[in-house]
Amino acid sequence: MSFLDYFKTKKTNTASIAKERLQIIVAHERTKRDQPDYLPQLQQEILDVIRKYVPIDQDQVQVQLDNNGNCSVLELNVTLPD
Amino acid sequence: MAKIIVITSGKGGVGKTTTSASVSTGLAKRGHKTVVIDFDVGLRNLDLIMNCERRVVYDFVNVINEEATLNQALIKDKHVDDLFILPASQTRDKDALTQQGVERVLNELAERFEYIICDSPAGIEHGAQMALYYADEAIIVTNPEVSSVRDSDRILGILQSKSRRAEMGLDPVKEHLLLSRYNPARAETGEMLCVEDVKDILAIKLLGVIPESQTVLSASNQGVPVILDEVSDAGQAYQDAVDRLLGEEREHRFLEVEKKGFFKRMFRG
Ligand SMILES: Nc1ncnc2c1ncn2[C@@H]1O[C@H](COP(=O)(O)OP(=O)(O)O)[C@@H](O)[C@H]1O
Ligand SMILES: [Mg+2]
Repeated sequence: MSFLDYFKTKKTNTASIAKERLQIIVAHERTKRDQPDYLPQLQQEILDVIRKYVPIDQDQVQVQLDNNGNCSVLELNVTLPD
Repeated sequence: MAKIIVITSGKGGVGKTTTSASVSTGLAKRGHKTVVIDFDVGLRNLDLIMNCERRVVYDFVNVINEEATLNQALIKDKHVDDLFILPASQTRDKDALTQQGVERVLNELAERFEYIICDSPAGIEHGAQMALYYADEAIIVTNPEVSSVRDSDRILGILQSKSRRAEMGLDPVKEHLLLSRYNPARAETGEMLCVEDVKDILAIKLLGVIPESQTVLSASNQGVPVILDEVSDAGQAYQDAVDRLLGEEREHRFLEVEKKGFFKRMFRG
């Protein structure tokens, strides 16, 4: 890197931020689109059942389907309030 | 066997129509019988870029609805032999494109042409899905900018799940990345995503890099696809991309700032 490049990079290197943000969002959206269509509704119904007993927020139930070759694992993560 | 190639992107204004005009012109110039279809029903523009707007009588939707024959609707290109244009309707909306209708027209075109280029509308809804459904190959036009890259990835997801090839379990649609409106100077200073960044994120094969160029505007002003401007950087970059599409090896050009001036050379070595 030359002497001039140092100042230039320092001043305006926003591309690396863009790349990092894109890598995260694209990875997130890719896992989501590989999931079956019923997942959002499944998540909603689980949420409704839990809410009969404990008041929780929408984002306190996470549902994810992982594919490990010959079997799929439905991962359910519920955070209960203290 | 005709090859159907969709020019798509998700995001609007990234250069799909510019690319459709140049790629179809380039293929025809190389002697391949080519037709380019404007799928942007309601917002047709390809006719302007190819300078045939005053010759449009019937359009794609008329053919789908059997109000006109293909022969009546196809417009012969003025610039190159072996190229025809099927314009979009200006008065209908995208729902006028039915899957069976599109299939019937494509089948009929496949009997006469080697390449069928589909200029997709923006978005990921019905119109865009109709444009990509029957594709064998896809050129994903992307600008080096966050929203364009993200939308390109979404379109790739649709190609991989909702195209005919995906639904029927055939070989997947062949994906090509065309990075357009590239500014090497800004990429070099880290103000703009560079070619490698976009390649890393989308992870598909690079068909070409089209520089941001004034010649694109003047070409569209005149209704001449920029690939016919053989001295311009953008025209040459499109020519290289067409050659690669035809399976030829071409080194990527216009990726770096032209080194000019004594001063710059001194500091960059
Ligand atoms: N390489 C380029 N350099 C400069 N301007 C470009 C380039 N490619 C496209 N444009 C301009 O960007 C605008 C949108 O292009 P267009 O091909 O109509 O995009 P889309 O079909 O994706 O909406 C037009 O004004 C066009 O002239
Ligand atoms: Mg367009």
